[in-house]
Amino acid sequence: MIVTKQLSKKYGKTEVLHIDSLEIPTGQSFGLVGNNGAGKTTYFNILLDLVRPTTGSIINHDIQVNLSEEWKTYTGSFIDESFLIGYLTPEEYFEFVGDLRGMNKADVAKYLQQFDEFFNGEITGKKKYLRDLSKGNQKKAGIVAAMMGNPKLVILDEPFANLDPTTQIRLKTIIKELAENKEVTVLISSHDLTHVTEVCERIVVLDKGNVVKDIQTSAETLKELESYFSV
Amino acid sequence: MISHFLKLEWKQYFRSANWQKSIFLNILLVLFALYFMLSFLAIGIGGFFILKEQFPDQDPLVLVNSFLLFAIVGDLIFRYIMQKLPVMNIKPLLTLNIPRNKIVHFILVKSSFSFFNIMSLFFYIPFSVVLMKEGYEITGVLGWLATMILLIQSANFLNFLINKNNIAFAGLITILLGGYLVQHFDLFNVAGLVGEGFDFIYQNPITAVAFLGLLIVLYFLNYKQLRNEVYLDALISEKTKEANASDLSFADKLGDLAPFIKNDLRLIWRNKRTKSSTWMILMGLGYGLFFYPQPIYKDMVFMYVLVGIFSTGTFLINFGQFIPAWDSGYYKMLMSQNFKYHRYLESKFTMMTISVVALFVLGIPYVYFGWKVLAVHFAAMIYNIGVNTHVILFGGTFNRKKINLDEKAAFNLQGTGAVQWLIGLPLMFLPMGIFALVDWLVSFEIAVLVLATLGFIGIAFHQKIMALITKKYITNKYVMIHAFNQEN
Repeated sequence: MIVTKQLSKKYGKTEVLHIDSLEIPTGQSFGLVGNNGAGKTTYFNILLDLVRPTTGSIINHDIQVNLSEEWKTYTGSFIDESFLIGYLTPEEYFEFVGDLRGMNKADVAKYLQQFDEFFNGEITGKKKYLRDLSKGNQKKAGIVAAMMGNPKLVILDEPFANLDPTTQIRLKTIIKELAENKEVTVLISSHDLTHVTEVCERIVVLDKGNVVKDIQTSAETLKELESYFSV
Repeated sequence: MISHFLKLEWKQYFRSANWQKSIFLNILLVLFALYFMLSFLAIGIGGFFILKEQFPDQDPLVLVNSFLLFAIVGDLIFRYIMQKLPVMNIKPLLTLNIPRNKIVHFILVKSSFSFFNIMSLFFYIPFSVVLMKEGYEITGVLGWLATMILLIQSANFLNFLINKNNIAFAGLITILLGGYLVQHFDLFNVAGLVGEGFDFIYQNPITAVAFLGLLIVLYFLNYKQLRNEVYLDALISEKTKEANASDLSFADKLGDLAPFIKNDLRLIWRNKRTKSSTWMILMGLGYGLFFYPQPIYKDMVFMYVLVGIFSTGTFLINFGQFIPAWDSGYYKMLMSQNFKYHRYLESKFTMMTISVVALFVLGIPYVYFGWKVLAVHFAAMIYNIGVNTHVILFGGTFNRKKINLDEKAAFNLQGTGAVQWLIGLPLMFLPMGIFALVDWLVSFEIAVLVLATLGFIGIAFHQKIMALITKKYITNKYVMIHAFNQEN
């Protein structure tokens, strides 16, 4: 359960995020949609305690994120490529992250096996550093690392951007499988309405930092969203 | 956890773009570092004896102590300009399962081992060893040395605290200048007073503990400050500066070259790397002040050529050697635009020419050191315009290294390859050689004339030469595009 209360973030006088109340129950696959500057990444950054809120707080499974760091043990996330350690090879990166999540080498190897198809032979065994991979491949590595060590909460910012169509479809399958596990909460932001409606049970639309729509996904959701955004 | 950090550091170091650049550059850097270490070591070992010989009636340690205030303040100023906490590196660690305070301790402890802290040890340690050998009290010397090490570390952390504070910086400069002035005019010996403090430490080594206290306090102040700032919107934010759009319409007079020249001016003003190299122009302009006042060079007229070429050509050399790598980030875009290559190169030529003339004019006060100096500078200016600009543009066709404009210039060798070093030689030493030869064979006047004539010939054949250079650029276009696409 992720509880957001009276949350706001201001830069100078401009308020970029203002959410009075938002509750995301455990096990939900939750989609955040909005135009550029709507506050999606800011929300994730506050949730990950990368940015401090001006007022209010977010409570991630009973832990207020800016007071204790306990949430780090069960939260996996990938925001963008700048959060990768560029001078490591993907294998080393997975080992590093895995180690921090209490996985040994064998665990990591076993975990990675299930992503062979997703990696499409372009990530592991290539003798390349992360910084030398293409944007899409960096993203694949980051997403897979975010799901390591059975986190209770997985946060992915724009996971579909920069990926090729095949990988997008594979990623959707992976996220759906993850969401089937009712212990795991998945938070995704995206510009791509089709993708979010496909993988998320619930979609929240942000506009200029405010929640303007909160929809349980149904057959009509895509239409509803498209009509909302086609101004 | 510590082993993790150490492993990461190790990998970061050996896999950094710098390290994997060319072997040639690495060897050069190692030699450079060795040179510094050796010279510090030499001063450390020899310093004692030199001081003893120069001032036989004074105790070398007391002498050194009386200058320590300046050494420390100078060190702080140097750090203020050069040293920054490498906070960007920790961004990837923030979302991982690592407690924040460990990350903060990690960057702080890491900074303890920086180049700035190690360098001066090459002086203090051998100096202390010599002191002990020369019969100074061992515990006293050890206490003194410990104080020095603790002071270096304290300076390290003090610097991070005051780093963004210009008032503190001004304070440091005032101490340095003020201290020097009052000492110079025998008003009051501040440094001597501080020196006596250090003498006291030698006599009572236990007092070194006080500096340990100072270090601990500074460390924790840093920790507290940093712990509050490792957020994306605080320290680890990439500062977005407000765009400053200055009016560059004066460049419109240059006709169809104007758009390029305007862009180059913006390139220079708006990027860290180029901006800091504009300071080099001032240094280059003042280069003659190192030479001309010294009587040894009075008769070595060929040295005037070196100064002349350098002081009128600093911009030419600094800017020119990285043509077209300055535009490497968007070279592909440029190459797909509708313009003639010739115009692109001509605009660079015009920029360099204007700078050479302007720097000559600014350097006219050198006439104070004699009309010969000015005559040589004039000839050097013509030579720079007629020959060196073309040489450097030609050298640009061998440029294969991408430049990242966002990084600062000092000690930044990014984009430097063997070409830059090789091309420097003909730029400065060829005219010097020609001049020296003619001066020796015929006379000073003829030598000046020869140098200027070479320049004028270059100017006369400018169109022809540019056509050749342009051709060379066009044949190398694909290789350059490919090369600029590679991250180093």
